[in-house]
Amino acid sequence: MIDWPLLSITTFLPLLGAAFILTIRGDALVVARNARNVALLTSLATFLVSLLAWTNFNSGTADFQLVDQASWLPGFDISYKVGVDGISLFFVLLSTFLTPLCILSAWEAVQVRVKEYMISFLILETMMVGMFCALDLVLFYVFFEGVLIPMFIIIGVWGGPRRVYAAFKFFLYTLLGSVLMLLAVLAMYFDAHTTDIQVLIAHSFPLGLQPWLWLAFFASFAVKVPMWPLHTWLPDAHVEAPTAGSVILAGVLLKMGGYGFLRFSLPMFPVASHYFAPLVFTLSIVAVIYTSLVALVQQDMKKLIAYSSVAHMGFVTIGVFTVQVQGVEGAIFQMLSHGVVSAALFLCVGVVYDRMHTREINRYGGLASRMPAYAVVFMLFTMASIGLPGTSGFIGEFLVLMGAFQVNSWISLFAATGLILGPSYMLYLYRRVIFGKLVREDLKSILDLSRREIAVFVPLILVVLWMGVYPSSFLGPMHASVAKLINDYQLAQTVANSASVAVR
Amino acid sequence: MYTAIVFLPLLASIIAGFFGRAIGDKGAQFVTCAAVGLSALLSIPIFIEVVLNGHTTTVQLLTWISSGDAEETWALRFDALTAVMLVVVNWVSFMVHVYSIGYMHHDPSVPRFQSYLSFFTFAMLMLVTADNLVQMFFGWEGVGVASYLLIGFWYEKPSACAAAIKAFVVNRVGDFGFALGIFGIYVLFGTVNFDPIFAAVPSKASVVMHVFGLDANAVTVCCLLLFVGAMGKSAQLGLHTWLPDAMEGPTPVSALIHAATMVTAGVFMVARMSPLFEYSQVALNVVTVVGGLTAIFAATVGCVQNDIKRIIAYSTCSQLGYMFFAIGVSAYQAGIFHLFTHAFFKALLFLGAGSVIHAMSDEQDIRRMGGIWKRIPLTCVLMYIGSIALAGVPPFSGYWSKDTILEAAWGSGTLIGQFAYVLGVAAAFLTAFYSWRLLILTFHGKPRADEHVMAHVHESPAVMTVPLMVLAAGAIFAGYVGHEDFVGEGMGRFWGKAIFLLDDHEALHNAHHVPTTISLLPTIVAVGGIALAYVMYLFAPALPRFLARHFGAIYRFLLNKWYFDELYDWLFIKPAFWLGNGLWKGGDGAVIDGCGPDGVAAVTRDLARRASALQSGYLYHYAFAMLIGVAAFVTWYIVRVG
Repeated sequence: MIDWPLLSITTFLPLLGAAFILTIRGDALVVARNARNVALLTSLATFLVSLLAWTNFNSGTADFQLVDQASWLPGFDISYKVGVDGISLFFVLLSTFLTPLCILSAWEAVQVRVKEYMISFLILETMMVGMFCALDLVLFYVFFEGVLIPMFIIIGVWGGPRRVYAAFKFFLYTLLGSVLMLLAVLAMYFDAHTTDIQVLIAHSFPLGLQPWLWLAFFASFAVKVPMWPLHTWLPDAHVEAPTAGSVILAGVLLKMGGYGFLRFSLPMFPVASHYFAPLVFTLSIVAVIYTSLVALVQQDMKKLIAYSSVAHMGFVTIGVFTVQVQGVEGAIFQMLSHGVVSAALFLCVGVVYDRMHTREINRYGGLASRMPAYAVVFMLFTMASIGLPGTSGFIGEFLVLMGAFQVNSWISLFAATGLILGPSYMLYLYRRVIFGKLVREDLKSILDLSRREIAVFVPLILVVLWMGVYPSSFLGPMHASVAKLINDYQLAQTVANSASVAVR
Repeated sequence: MYTAIVFLPLLASIIAGFFGRAIGDKGAQFVTCAAVGLSALLSIPIFIEVVLNGHTTTVQLLTWISSGDAEETWALRFDALTAVMLVVVNWVSFMVHVYSIGYMHHDPSVPRFQSYLSFFTFAMLMLVTADNLVQMFFGWEGVGVASYLLIGFWYEKPSACAAAIKAFVVNRVGDFGFALGIFGIYVLFGTVNFDPIFAAVPSKASVVMHVFGLDANAVTVCCLLLFVGAMGKSAQLGLHTWLPDAMEGPTPVSALIHAATMVTAGVFMVARMSPLFEYSQVALNVVTVVGGLTAIFAATVGCVQNDIKRIIAYSTCSQLGYMFFAIGVSAYQAGIFHLFTHAFFKALLFLGAGSVIHAMSDEQDIRRMGGIWKRIPLTCVLMYIGSIALAGVPPFSGYWSKDTILEAAWGSGTLIGQFAYVLGVAAAFLTAFYSWRLLILTFHGKPRADEHVMAHVHESPAVMTVPLMVLAAGAIFAGYVGHEDFVGEGMGRFWGKAIFLLDDHEALHNAHHVPTTISLLPTIVAVGGIALAYVMYLFAPALPRFLARHFGAIYRFLLNKWYFDELYDWLFIKPAFWLGNGLWKGGDGAVIDGCGPDGVAAVTRDLARRASALQSGYLYHYAFAMLIGVAAFVTWYIVRVG
């Protein structure tokens, strides 16, 4: 079983499913039903295969595992190569875990162009998984940019009234980053004569070149994270995206930036990373405080959660650039946790949006009396979002702050204000939606969660609690890879220091 | 047994919470009461085993967080301090569970309420059995959530929702300090587990840490940060504003969480960290001053409030101040002793107040009570017992613990200790005064409620009064029974290694040798306070109004709780919303989007419009432009090449 190309199967199985859906013909209702079923089954099968990848993963080593390789452009030493290490493994799982839930959540909400919708999601899954597995820079770039196409389509076709504006904003930001990153990719190829990521990690780029390459990658990743002040596309994109689109956007796409920093910026440009770390810290701290305050005054549920995402991702970028065991592991954990929790929160918004077709906070209130199960679910994820110990949110935040405190106590102090601001806006949101008296006429007949919705939330709840109570299942496989990352980084600093001393 | 005592309430909470509809109100009440009752019973053999036989135990459960050198486990630690807290928490919680059956019987969400109560008990037990700081933080936040849920239990009331959020957020301000304290300790000691930290403190006592731009003594920094956490949870001056508002919750909650157990978590935490605090005189001094000021501040406010529960809430705040300044003068044992006795008499007072409110058809304002002692004699007697204990009249339990604290404060021999003694004695006077003001206005004089309410005044059912009697027994006897072991001759054996004292911190030893006047003074002022209350509210009822009129400024200052809420609103809440709006509309909207995507788009559109203006559609325009272009190109070519 171990010699199956598990990662390639995980990557391309959804594409196969999409191709299959494409062949479905006939009556519109039948097509829609079959498309849903096929998409769900495909994504579940993909999830199972990815679980196999987890069970076959050896936590003892920092090397890339389950590697598949095939030559692609042999003349240029560019190949199809995939593999995972302790850093990327769980992002693959996160993608395959969320996709079936997204498809299930859109079961009734999407009624037009169902076939195309399902195809988009399956292609999106292929792109996401491929991006996290890719061990070749060009392959990575293809997937990295490829992710955006189905996302554009999902927002643009099934989105809200201002979807064109949102898509255009997203496009402008991404374009800027992508172009610069492509230039950097070329520069790296000309310096190292290969695009194999494993080789590139071992390659040391000239000190003079590193800052430029770092900045070019930063431009792309910082937009994806998103870091302040490049975050304004996110609230608009979320507001216009359909529920499942928001789930994937917050759950997986925001992790591309953080993952990129860990896979490229730190190991390939260690000296530049060290040089620019204060910049990242500053932007992250501003993000935590600024966007939390902005979240406090939002009137739109999705916008509020979108802004809270920016604040939470601020913790991630802080953790990554501490380059310190707790900081980095905390950052990865925070990304995973945020992937699950923010996905769940957007699903929570989706539940009431499907019923009332508005996201305006003031249109709600007092839902607890009609929707007790929903109130419980929403409360649980609210608590996870504000980092209650025992839920996944705590572990990441706590480890990041712990790591940051060791680097510079000021960072920890400022970032820890998130502990105060987080509950302020989340509980305020919860109060306005769930608590209070149910006075609006149209809410008096609102229905509680259906069986299908419960089926969507139960796996998320279990994962959030599992990650909170026994995080070792997730931290364990990270240890070796993170330790190697940090070792190499510190080694590079020492080498650079001694070189600069020698020059003097 | 050790694991069961902690997890039984959790199990009950899950059953009552998720299957409440299936098992019904009765089923939920039975399950939760049975589980917590069992835990209460178990706490006795554990107390005997751990304290009397001296067998401390640690039960390892699971690895929790393991990252780099940071290793946190789920482990349950049982030593004398834990055992005492187990008795307090489980028994008070059990009494409150039973009492709630009667108090909440007309409420539509009984299972939810019982489930929250049991969940709270579980979190509190996790807190007191924690073996490391992070697990303690788990319990700490867990009780915070339980408190949030219970304060906001009647979620249809806007005031309850606001109070719930306020409680959570103000507590988070404290937790912010607690968390930073944990990080500081991790940096200093390389671990967050209690035993290795305590073992390493002496060798790290004078380490200087560079933190927040200062070079400061590391132990002091950590202690002060931890103490910020304790201040939040235990409602000390500055972070106390949530506690009075928390009275929006059902009364059993106020008794359990906001009097007997959760709010004492801060005291417990500092006592648990005694090996650390002992090495920082600065931190201890801060604890003493904050404790002393809180004691007097809350007592002054308590004298003029009119809501029966708020009076008791301020009294709780004030008593917590006593516990803290006891700790500040290194009389940890006295602090915990007061925590122990206070749990009984304050829970009794709250539940008694609940019984009064129940009888008065949910009236809470003591100005609209009076003259009901004949109708509810049992409640009246029980309230008297609680108040006598609170006022510190011998031989009730409050006398033993409060007297010890005051004597220890004097006995510390330091200026700060004596400052605390003076504040404490003044607060004792006010305590007795406001307690009797409450009793007189509630039970005596002429009835001030309308006839309709008065007609319904009735004694509570046995399910409510029996728990009160159990607590009353504690309020009467706990002090006398406990004082030998807690703070007397037997204390060395009793506490074992749970509390650490430096050799030259002898406040508690000296407490037994202070001058008679010093040790008698608290009792004398208490009697004076009671007498004054009788004068003002029974014999000369015009006097309070006269005072309020002639010292209007002071009266309003006290009535408005020293204007803390207004200050914070002006200082933090309004600016936060103002900033949020400004950053959103101005920062994101105008500056970032304006210069970024929208700006770029606008410029592009503008350029496009100008470019399109050139496209006039007349052929001769294009021909002319082309001609110029060709001419320019040729000229350039000739110049360059030629």
